[in-house]
Amino acid sequence: MSGRVAELFETLEYGPAPEAAGPALAWLEARGGTFGHFIGGRWTEPADLFDTANPATGRPLARVSQGSAADVDAAVRAARAALPGWRGLSGHARARWLYALARGIQKHSRLLAVLETLDNGKPIREARDIDVPLVARHFYHHAGWAQLLESQFPGQEGVGVAGQIIPWNFPLLMLAWKVAPALATGSTVVLKPAEYTPLTALRFAELCADLGLPPGVLNIVTGDGRTGAALVDHPDVDKIAFTGSTEVGRAIRVATAGSGKRLSLELGGKSPFVVFEDAELDSVVEGVVDAIWFNQGQVCCAGSRILVQEGVADTLVAKLRARMERLRVGDPLDKGIDIGAIVAPVQLERIQAMVRSGLEEGATCWQPSWSCPEEGLFYPPTLLTDVAPAATVAQEEIFGPVAVLLTFRTHEEAVALANNTRFGLAASVWSESVNLALHMAPRIKAGTVWVNATNLFDAAAGFGGYRESGFGREGGREGLLEYLRPVVSDDAASATGAAGHARGPADAVARAGGVPEDAADAPAASAPAGAAMPGQPSPLPPVDRTAKLYIGGKGARPDGGYTLQVRGPGGALLGEVGQGNRKDVRNAVEAAHRATDWPGASAHGRAQVLYYVAENLAARRDEFARQLEALGSAAGGAEVDASVARLFTWAAWADKHDGAVHATPQRTVTMAMHEPMGVVGVVCPDQEPLLGFVALVAPALAMGNTVVAVPSECAPLAATDLYQVLDTSELPGGALNIVTGLRAELAPVLAAHDDVDAVWYHAADDGGAEVERLSAGNLKRTWIGGPGHAHAPGTEQAVLHHATQVKNIWVPYGA
Amino acid sequence: MATAQRSTGSVRGAPAHHPARNPGFPLELEWVREARVNPSAVERRAATMATRRTVKGDWQAAWLLRAVTLMDLTTLAGSDTPGSVRRLCAKAQSPVRRDLLDALGMGDRTLRTGAVCVYHAYVATAVEALAGSGIPVAAVAAGFPAGLSPFEERVREIRASVADGAEEIDIVITRAHVLGGHWEALYDEVRAFREAAGHAHLKAILATGELGGLRNVLRASMVCMMAGADFIKTSTGMEVVNATLPVGLVMARAIRTYGERTGHVVGFKPAGGIRTARDVLTWMLLMKEELGTDWLTPARFRIGASALLTDIERQLEHHVTGRYAAAHRHPMG
Repeated sequence: MSGRVAELFETLEYGPAPEAAGPALAWLEARGGTFGHFIGGRWTEPADLFDTANPATGRPLARVSQGSAADVDAAVRAARAALPGWRGLSGHARARWLYALARGIQKHSRLLAVLETLDNGKPIREARDIDVPLVARHFYHHAGWAQLLESQFPGQEGVGVAGQIIPWNFPLLMLAWKVAPALATGSTVVLKPAEYTPLTALRFAELCADLGLPPGVLNIVTGDGRTGAALVDHPDVDKIAFTGSTEVGRAIRVATAGSGKRLSLELGGKSPFVVFEDAELDSVVEGVVDAIWFNQGQVCCAGSRILVQEGVADTLVAKLRARMERLRVGDPLDKGIDIGAIVAPVQLERIQAMVRSGLEEGATCWQPSWSCPEEGLFYPPTLLTDVAPAATVAQEEIFGPVAVLLTFRTHEEAVALANNTRFGLAASVWSESVNLALHMAPRIKAGTVWVNATNLFDAAAGFGGYRESGFGREGGREGLLEYLRPVVSDDAASATGAAGHARGPADAVARAGGVPEDAADAPAASAPAGAAMPGQPSPLPPVDRTAKLYIGGKGARPDGGYTLQVRGPGGALLGEVGQGNRKDVRNAVEAAHRATDWPGASAHGRAQVLYYVAENLAARRDEFARQLEALGSAAGGAEVDASVARLFTWAAWADKHDGAVHATPQRTVTMAMHEPMGVVGVVCPDQEPLLGFVALVAPALAMGNTVVAVPSECAPLAATDLYQVLDTSELPGGALNIVTGLRAELAPVLAAHDDVDAVWYHAADDGGAEVERLSAGNLKRTWIGGPGHAHAPGTEQAVLHHATQVKNIWVPYGA
Repeated sequence: MATAQRSTGSVRGAPAHHPARNPGFPLELEWVREARVNPSAVERRAATMATRRTVKGDWQAAWLLRAVTLMDLTTLAGSDTPGSVRRLCAKAQSPVRRDLLDALGMGDRTLRTGAVCVYHAYVATAVEALAGSGIPVAAVAAGFPAGLSPFEERVREIRASVADGAEEIDIVITRAHVLGGHWEALYDEVRAFREAAGHAHLKAILATGELGGLRNVLRASMVCMMAGADFIKTSTGMEVVNATLPVGLVMARAIRTYGERTGHVVGFKPAGGIRTARDVLTWMLLMKEELGTDWLTPARFRIGASALLTDIERQLEHHVTGRYAAAHRHPMG
């Protein structure tokens, strides 16, 4: 050593500082290096084995079993069998189990961290200081939710058997995000870890076995995408939770459409990292390090798209390059490296290909002067500048240590660029002005916004996406909702449909241009509007009423030029409505997007308008009651009264669906804000044509959404009669758009529309399956329910949940 | 290890203690006004400074040996006597046991601390005790530690210490100038101290624990550098809060910014509360990461400490013998 110390005294180089792999390798060896599945509390015989390798060396670590459909079935059966017992435990009993899991994680923390680094290639510092402590934190936090479940969520229970599919970038952390809330709520689990990184999940299964967790409560089936597909397709799974690529998430959305399975998806991102000229640039640089050079950039919420204000762009680029020169890539087990190994050859090839495409599209590439290790899968930190928003590298997820940098001129341009993406997972905003930062945070479409920080996570704060980054949240109260369902089943609630129509929709309407002869006995001109007037009947013929579509606050003729007849139960022609088509839906969606006054209004202002709608509807109670009775309602007055009451309910809620400030351990104010979904397509039931319409549209409006509604197909006049009510109630044009027509034609257009953010389909038919399938295009959130579902007793929280999405804004503080 | 990292700093031999000085720069108030610090982000960076890098084994021994050369071995007690100061000077000249140096392959080196730091009263004593060693004497001055004696007296004290042979003057600034935003006054004060110090190098002590936050630390750093401080130094060691890593980060970045703008090199000295080998390695990691290996030389980095050396000796002995060491087996200063 002697000569070396003297030499190092001069150079002050960094040296190797490896974490010992011995205990983790010994654990693998003690199990023969091969693993079966963990099903029903037992290990299955290893079969159909494949290797899992250390990406830093390429050498295999262990052999694990490729789960077959039969394995998945066995696991689901075990989970189903365990469900009654697990769900039947008191919350306190489950809390004890979760507490034991948290403790167990902590006791074996170093083994888990080393195993994670070996299998995944992430730096041991990150596995040790970030992943594993967060895993323990999730189990602690959810032990608390188990304890409080009965008091905080009365009438709710665990969703049932949860099928969970997790990615390879944070293997154990993603397991914790999935398993902890499931177990806390009394659900049982079948989890498939990623094929590249199954080892910590298997060690976790062993922990469960050692603790004596009841068999079947947690099952682990290893394998590749085929195993995952078998889990998604299994008919006895109640919920699928998936974290991974948007492409696979979309396939899962399609596969589960119409199955009744609950679904939460946490998908890809191209998260903006917005730097304003008043930001503290040295801290920005460290923020970029934590954003894109964390976990080799293999982070779904990586701040991979740096948007910097023009005045400071050159300075920032220079600082970034200097900082990159000091980053260290190498052996992930070394305690002094920043960037470890890329998880698999195919991922490394993808990163290389993406950077090549960036160069072909004109980007300037900067990498440090040093080179990566020859052996193993390594890629240097990379900064691409001169990137246009249209470039592939600016739009597509690279999932590697590659940041792209674009410039902007104004705040508004920053918002536009930040939102110029299909994704909406996370964002980071850097400014020393609290005004500017808090101006930006609500404007960026993302489930998480970090102010002057990045990649802060905690079990108490929900994490999840907007747009094609998926839906559902993990963590916090909002995350727990994804694993809860009412103890009373949905079917019971939907049985409260009102006096149904004598006739189904198919024969209630017909195209005016081709009216069947037997329906032509009552000419349209004999509409009873005049005859129904109180007082002296007019000796004159009634004045024709034309119910157009209602788009942008104005009547609009249907694009197709066709009209539908509306007939009462006796077949009398009550009136006619426009037959909307796909272009009318298009126009309505555009009008809804233009109606920025409505989401921009204060909650108090929205409440005032809804109260005013109620007031004006109540003033015309008798007219609406008569119309409803003509349309077939047994008690029109009661339906109007119930509708007015619903309007009051949602006017009341407009300023009461408070967000939360989460008690995250970091020194931050972590605000969970309820934001509107955006443009919501609402397909209303035939039954109770006024109440069914109001019960869906009012909450959507109350929460600041703009709406494109398709009213009752067989009794649309109840909705079209509302136009005048809306016009006199100061509802801004475009906030609510109504397109009458055939549900089977219009609902698919809304469901497939890439600029609609959510679709609610509440009808007695099975059209919801098609809506769910088509929603996969932009992964819009869907809410499928039966008639009466939205105004059944006790559903207000569920309605609020569907009408809003949670954005967590993290604001660190300190002086 | 598979790391293929090249050193980013140039490889240097034993550095000269006093290379080119910071001539200062006309006061740019714009640099003061625009100074920005995000405290929570700085704290997050500081919190992982010691977990993102580490040095082990021979590397750690080498770094600790270098740390010895960076130390301003300090005694600033009212109970100092000529005898205790001479004893400290002896320790400064042979800070690590010869047998340990031999075992570490450093036996042919003369390992010395960066300086000995005393009050004016003992400058002459220390200069005499250190004669021929090449170790400079640093004197705290300008009304240390509060800096509130009459201005003329503060200037006179600097001149007196220089006259007695001090080659480095550690002055304290008037905190009120920072707290009140009197940047011209601060600039003029430090400028005057620098003139008084003449050929002696000037270290400006900001007393960061009394400045009311990191932004003021940054602003005061910029003003002191523009006024010609050769080093900026965190603390007297007498404040309630002394050298902290967030403060160190802000000051190191200020030095970098000043260098980028003016081309002048300024050194950094954290002082107060640095007592363990682990502490000093973290400070060295901070310097290497933020400013480069060039800032791990006595010309650009000093650590003000009194108890630190003993812990470094114990760690070096552990490295050599594999046994945990006892303080009483190392000669006192």
